[in-house]
Amino acid sequence: MKDHAELSEEFNKDEPRVDWHDETLWFIREKRDKAVHTIPEWEWLRETGSQIKNNVLSNLSVYLEQFELNAQANGVKVHWAANAAEHNDIVLSILKKHQVDRMVKSKSMLTEECHLNDFLTGNGIEVIDSDLGERIVQLANEAPSHIVLPCIHKKKEEIGDLFHEFLGTAAGESDPQVLTEAARQHLRETFMTRKVALTGVNFAVAETGEFVVCTNEGNADMGAHLSEVHIASMGIEKIIPERQHLGVFLRLLTRSATGQPITTYSSHFMKPREGQEMHIILVDNGRSRQLGRADFRNSLKCIRCGSCMNTCPVYRRSGGHSYHTAISGPIGAILAPNLDMKDYADLPFASTLCGSCSNVCPVKIDIHEQLYKWRQVLVKDGYVSPVKAISMKAMAFTFANPTVFEVAGKSGRWFMKNFPSMVSNKLNPWYKEREMPEPPKESFREWYSKNRKKP
Amino acid sequence: MSSRNSILAALRENQPELSVLPSLAGPISVEADPVEKFKTLATAIGSKIFEVITFDQIKEVIMKQFPAPARIISSFEELAAIAETDIKVINPHLLEDTELAVLKAQLGVAENGSLWVPELNMMQRVLPFICQHLALVVYKKDIVSNMHEAYQVLGNSNTGFGAFIAGPSKTADIEQSLVLGAHGPRSMTVFIMS
Repeated sequence: MKDHAELSEEFNKDEPRVDWHDETLWFIREKRDKAVHTIPEWEWLRETGSQIKNNVLSNLSVYLEQFELNAQANGVKVHWAANAAEHNDIVLSILKKHQVDRMVKSKSMLTEECHLNDFLTGNGIEVIDSDLGERIVQLANEAPSHIVLPCIHKKKEEIGDLFHEFLGTAAGESDPQVLTEAARQHLRETFMTRKVALTGVNFAVAETGEFVVCTNEGNADMGAHLSEVHIASMGIEKIIPERQHLGVFLRLLTRSATGQPITTYSSHFMKPREGQEMHIILVDNGRSRQLGRADFRNSLKCIRCGSCMNTCPVYRRSGGHSYHTAISGPIGAILAPNLDMKDYADLPFASTLCGSCSNVCPVKIDIHEQLYKWRQVLVKDGYVSPVKAISMKAMAFTFANPTVFEVAGKSGRWFMKNFPSMVSNKLNPWYKEREMPEPPKESFREWYSKNRKKP
Repeated sequence: MSSRNSILAALRENQPELSVLPSLAGPISVEADPVEKFKTLATAIGSKIFEVITFDQIKEVIMKQFPAPARIISSFEELAAIAETDIKVINPHLLEDTELAVLKAQLGVAENGSLWVPELNMMQRVLPFICQHLALVVYKKDIVSNMHEAYQVLGNSNTGFGAFIAGPSKTADIEQSLVLGAHGPRSMTVFIMS
């Protein structure tokens, strides 16, 4: 499997595209800033959101039982899935019970995490993603590269080619207005003919047993309200205690995500429609394990706004696919090692630790600190390549010993001055895409001992 | 052990010491003129606003924009002359050719230009989403400053289903170009009634 550095290198081959990707995401970060600055109590909102989520994590078992009871009283069937496989089996069994072999789905990163589409396709079920961005990546046979903007890595001309091939638009047509209209017509037919609809869940309220789904396109509602069976898949950490807490989170979510004041639709599902069947699948898939890791449990507070991706200098220049996991970017890099330390050992290193992610996070997750802590865990437990582990150990030793540090600095400067090819070559990963700096004549320590005022 | 019980057992084992829920009494800004703020925000997200006093004014706007034979559906008996007002028994799929739906919003929210519509006011759940164009009527007195106030009004009412709706359906998934009319209504009109 290729790691983050190798996948980034592929993405970086097309420099104008990298620049475009970088600028597009930064533009969204700027829209977020503008929206946030109109709310004087923004920092209070963040702090309150963070504290509500702390309470949720400390009382998750009780809230889930309360939610189950209230949802059942509302006529909703509640299922529990310990892992991805069990989640997928539950979905398949519901489809089989209704003798249905096709389903429409709105955005759910959880089903990406569970690889539901592949599983269902393998079992003879056709799945159509109805969010425009998700439909585009589905047609391209790719995974979403961003949790809020699934096809942010694609140019409109590429989308035009896909639509020409699959939806019959004119060759060379790349006007977003025309392409969106084509998707609208195609997906209307899908909504009208599917008996089962699956949606994600943004928030679920323990006190009322309801769940809230946020979309701009209206695709979750079109699917759910025209279906005979509505399945909602949610990670167990999506619970919030009371309905009034929605006020806090709905104010935070979309301003952080896209800079809009709220999504077009914030739909509150309490009971199934008359004659309809409604299911909720509560999925653990490693979340209870992450809850037990004191250093990393805060990652479960995430409300999936994507602002950490839009602001991340690495994400913007490496693209979402370089993270090779369903949730990319900084938050994905602290969630993924919990799922598999070996497969995702590279991700906590895909960061400059600049802290911008933590600064924009609407629920104040200490993302960059957790990235740093994962590095230590992964090196200690032997999940990092021996070369990196040895060089990190050598670095720690050097920094901890003043004499060694001085000698190392001196010899480094001497080598860079007299034998620049020893550092400026392809074997040194730091030399890639960079000019090595001019070596300074002396270290700060040497300069200081020469220039300080003698007592 | 069932997955339910094993998940709950793992959570009980792993969840940290109980931390208290914060109070929601905070430095929340309140709009001096919620109606003006609502108008500004709703316009910014693509809604068209009309301030009206009578249903005749609403009728006039609608008839100009949606001349017959456009299929219009409304929950307002006052609009019976131009709209179907009873669709309770219709299969939701048969609403697909609805050109315009005119429904009542329970409240409007100034800070984001959204309107809360409970299921009871939707006639059919799918109607405000499947129609080509949507119009919502809200009373001036029902426009609140922010989401906190909105949820205070809603309390824990169990309406089966309900949604905050903010403007026409939209997407910017293709190169961040905003397109109105993704899967739901292509336009949103708000009638603010005195």
